[in-house]
Amino acid sequence: MRGGWFLGCAIAVAALCYAAARLVGNNYVFFAGYVVLQYVVLATAWNILGGYTGYVNFGVAGFFGLGAYTTVALVKLAPVPIPVLILAGGVVSGVVGLGMGYLTLRLRGAFFSIATLAMAIVLQTLMVNWEFVGGSGGAYVVRPAKVLGIDYMQYLFLVMLALTVFAVAVARGIERSRLGRGFAAIRDDEVAAEASGVPTLRLKLLATVLSGALMGMAGAPLPYYVTFLEPASAFNLSYAVNSIAMPLIGGTANWVGPVIGAVLLGTLQQVATVTISSALNLLIVGVLLVGFVVAAPNGLIGLLGVRTPRSRRWRVLAWLRP
Amino acid sequence: MDLSFDLLGNALVSGLLLGGFYAAVTIGVSISFGMLDIVNIAHPAFIVLGSYGAWELNERWGIDPILGSLVLMPAFYALGAGIYQIYHLAFERRGDQSLRGLAFFFGILFITEVVLILVFGVDYRLVQAPYIGATLHFGVIEVPLRLLVPCLVSLFLIGLMQILLSRTFVGRAVMAVAQDAGALRLMAADPVRIKRIAFGLSIATASVAGAVLIVIQPVEPSVSRDYIGRVFAICVMGGLGSFPGTIIAAMIVGIVESLTATFYGPSWAPAVAFGFLLATLAVRPAGIFGRS
Repeated sequence: MRGGWFLGCAIAVAALCYAAARLVGNNYVFFAGYVVLQYVVLATAWNILGGYTGYVNFGVAGFFGLGAYTTVALVKLAPVPIPVLILAGGVVSGVVGLGMGYLTLRLRGAFFSIATLAMAIVLQTLMVNWEFVGGSGGAYVVRPAKVLGIDYMQYLFLVMLALTVFAVAVARGIERSRLGRGFAAIRDDEVAAEASGVPTLRLKLLATVLSGALMGMAGAPLPYYVTFLEPASAFNLSYAVNSIAMPLIGGTANWVGPVIGAVLLGTLQQVATVTISSALNLLIVGVLLVGFVVAAPNGLIGLLGVRTPRSRRWRVLAWLRP
Repeated sequence: MDLSFDLLGNALVSGLLLGGFYAAVTIGVSISFGMLDIVNIAHPAFIVLGSYGAWELNERWGIDPILGSLVLMPAFYALGAGIYQIYHLAFERRGDQSLRGLAFFFGILFITEVVLILVFGVDYRLVQAPYIGATLHFGVIEVPLRLLVPCLVSLFLIGLMQILLSRTFVGRAVMAVAQDAGALRLMAADPVRIKRIAFGLSIATASVAGAVLIVIQPVEPSVSRDYIGRVFAICVMGGLGSFPGTIIAAMIVGIVESLTATFYGPSWAPAVAFGFLLATLAVRPAGIFGRS
């Protein structure tokens, strides 16, 4: 049970994170930590489609914002607990991912990318026009002071921590399974994969749904975190830039890359937002993204010299092996 | 039925004029995406850069924005050629266009927008020109000059590009590289050089498109986002790289958007292009006028 061993380790690391944050004794640590963890989830989710199958999703902000707005809509109807909201956000974003994928994934990858980019903007338009969730004026979500005897901010932090463990475990599980070998076969040579009997469209759709659902799940607790949500901030393009930059900076080959990228870049941004302006902070992310894709195509992992020994042919063959 | 024909007529005319302008915005993508197969999603950002170039010249020396944009075209050409050189060395040569090439242009899109915000701020900018504000009247139909002039300039720009591509040696080489880069190499022409020229031209059109944009509407750095869906919807509908197809697709999108804005409200207009994009991709990915 190597998977169980990994999960145990991940939970232990998460528990250590929480203990360390408690030790600092400043609530700001939870505020900042939440954002970093949220980016670990987003980067990991993006990498399931982008890193494993090679299809670029520019609509991260769309899936993320959709999760957040699912929460706003549900909370207006009934007092739903956060775990249910996360599940709902995941389902809504996953279904949208399925629809988008079904329409565009049969074509070249570029069309999918363009469609996702346009989708994020259209979803924003939709929310601006939907008065029930506040329209362009935005919506307030009241954050309870305490839940289960702990401070609500700490509770949100714990929820995001659990989600992070879940997302990383899913990504790692995919990587080591037959599914992951199928994804890699698509990334390396889609025609050869199709010819070898890999059901490419079905696998691509599955990757899109999984990735989109995780993004929606990451967005679901957002209204409680910010307490005031409006379309321009929920669908902000900077979510997309960050979630693409993090895996590409860390390395897209396996689950470690996005985690390293998100922790480094996320922490850097938290520091930069406090010390220098936030626009400059976004400029840094953009420049790092372009710099890394041009100069270090395998990310930090590649720079450190870690390489996966599997050849292309091996991946296609690996799919055929039961 | 209280649907007024004045309103309908005016919506149709302004949609048609808007369509001409959209064609100019798309023409650069028709060259880069349609012919060279370079997915330049940063093109709308370069257009907004063009708007700010025209604004700067207009504000500082009172130069007409469209005239100013023609002056800036060589600079945009150089910028495009430079970006292509990086793109070629870092991605095309390594055969790594799909994932990292796309991320590269996405990064460029974002950097351009943030730099514009840092330099000019997020205020809306306007230009001054004699044709802004005046309106021609044909019976009940009103033709505002600030839509008519951009439309004519756009059609002129596209005509110029069409002549350049079909009549000159370099232009024909660009068409050839779109069909078969390998064959071009056998003819002892360097496809990389030809593509660099073509990509430079595609970015050069962004200068004029940007000037036209700032004549039509006030501009702030994130305006480019509204044009991403529109530009690619028109480009794909027009059949990737076909100029007449691009113009017709642009007119269709312009008219439908204008009707939507008139009868349902302007906040729904951005959804129109996206609907067209998805429908085209789902039903006929080669575009209405493309070779299938």
